[in-house]
Amino acid sequence: MNERISRDDVAHVARLACLSLTDDELDSFTSQLADILEHAADLDALELEEIEPTAHPLPLANVLRDDEPGAVADREAFLASAPQVENNQFKVPPALGDPS
Amino acid sequence: MNAREIPSAIRNGETTAKEVLETHLKAIQNREEEIHAFNLVMEEEARNEAERIDALAAKGEDPGPLTGIPIAIKDNICTQGVPTTCSSKILDGWRPPYDATIIERLRDAGAVIVGKTNLDEFAMGASTENSAFGPTRNPLDTTRVPGGSSGGSAAAVAAGFAPLAIGSDTGGSIRQPAALCGVVGVKPTYGRVSRYGLVAFASSLDQIGPFAETVADAALLLEVISGHDPLDTTSIPEPPLDLSTALTQGVEGLRIGVIDELSGGAIEGISDDVLGCLEDAVQALTSAGAIVERTSVPSTVYGLSAYYVIAPAEASSNLARYDGVRFGPRVDAKTTSEMMVATRTAGFGDEVKRRIMLGTYALSAGYYDAYYGKSQKVRTLIMNDFANAYKKYDLLLSPTAPTTAFPLGDKTEDPLQMYLQDICTISSNLAGHPAMSVPFGKGTDGLPVGIQVLASAMDEHTMFRAGAVLEASNQGKS
Repeated sequence: MNERISRDDVAHVARLACLSLTDDELDSFTSQLADILEHAADLDALELEEIEPTAHPLPLANVLRDDEPGAVADREAFLASAPQVENNQFKVPPALGDPS
Repeated sequence: MNAREIPSAIRNGETTAKEVLETHLKAIQNREEEIHAFNLVMEEEARNEAERIDALAAKGEDPGPLTGIPIAIKDNICTQGVPTTCSSKILDGWRPPYDATIIERLRDAGAVIVGKTNLDEFAMGASTENSAFGPTRNPLDTTRVPGGSSGGSAAAVAAGFAPLAIGSDTGGSIRQPAALCGVVGVKPTYGRVSRYGLVAFASSLDQIGPFAETVADAALLLEVISGHDPLDTTSIPEPPLDLSTALTQGVEGLRIGVIDELSGGAIEGISDDVLGCLEDAVQALTSAGAIVERTSVPSTVYGLSAYYVIAPAEASSNLARYDGVRFGPRVDAKTTSEMMVATRTAGFGDEVKRRIMLGTYALSAGYYDAYYGKSQKVRTLIMNDFANAYKKYDLLLSPTAPTTAFPLGDKTEDPLQMYLQDICTISSNLAGHPAMSVPFGKGTDGLPVGIQVLASAMDEHTMFRAGAVLEASNQGKS
């Protein structure tokens, strides 16, 4: 296994991404991600100091439309997609404090 | 009957939309169990739509340029009230409250939607084996993959389930399965087709495009779905394409560069079969009057590495929305954060988790410059190299995929080998340029090979000129 990414790094990244991994998964993902990052190491050979980054293929500018009332999202339809709803709002388990 | 023959046959009363639909539903009935091209066959909706079109035609009204043509839709494109799963458990049962813009355009043009096609989960893969609902098989050899991620759409066209299909292409997800299934597949210029209602994977790379049996049919479909959409801020403010003259114009005098790096040069792993077909394609274009020579587009060598940082980085952000709050299934837990972790862990498959983590890592403190920042600069190099090449050439040429269709299970244990399937296609996504795959010749295994025609931004017209010539030459041979 190379040193591009450690098992601890993968565990940390999984936490950031709200994913829970088993020990076996941690092992296999670490080795697979290391392989992929190792392949990406071919970029290290490039001289990129003077190069501007590109985030997007189009020269994007803000697009503004005329401020005219049009069709709006149907609240019922959107709420119907949610796993849990109360008083026309999305409902989730407690987000703060002790859940007991 | 080719797709483009169907509308006039219905208008002339030679057939009906109902009859055309039943022929295709019959084909689905015969082979779908074996192929698994669809996540959902919309038999009832399709029959109702065909009846509506026949009623219009009977009144002497024109239902549109796609009158009565059955079409299959990749299951990452929103259809109002009809399940849209992205082949992921995390969207199982979700019914979008709105239609994608292209769905409205297809209906307005008289097309008949027959179903939602299988894909690699969230369009992440090159074999359609990453679907949570099981793989799709290649109709030409069911021990092989159809390619991916739009493998269900490619297989649907190759199996005769629908003469047209819609896919999405983030790194080759239309062109590579088209090549492996022996059909035509087109990735238009970024912004040419509205992405409103396409479930986002990597927003600066995603583009919707057509699959078809023929180049002319692909052109017909692209004309209908292209054109400005105020609901997509990255939609290019241009009218729909008109490609009719491109199909018969030929390639006399066009300058075409064969990308050396992707054609047996710097990049290894392109099979001799594929390189042989490329040589034949060069001959065909030369015979038709084009000036074809090898040329270098050096930074295409680095496209794969840049792509597999940029696409996962964008995906890690786009897929943060799947948290069990607003849509999709939820795994209950005591707190919101535990519920989110449980829902995402149960809902995403391994490849999606892999890419989310890769992208999160590439964007995280301490690694941003080394990976994401560097990859964005490589993206600039690729765009510069293409700009230089297009000063000298009207079009570029390369293989679409390194090999013909490979056996199921061949690459599932080694993600990097799977990623290498995209080696010839991803640079067009990074640059935002159009590219298409046209079947040309076969490998020694008897399976089709695709040749990729690349054009500069907005020049689909010239690209289709070469596509039509390659197709005519290929049909002349067989």
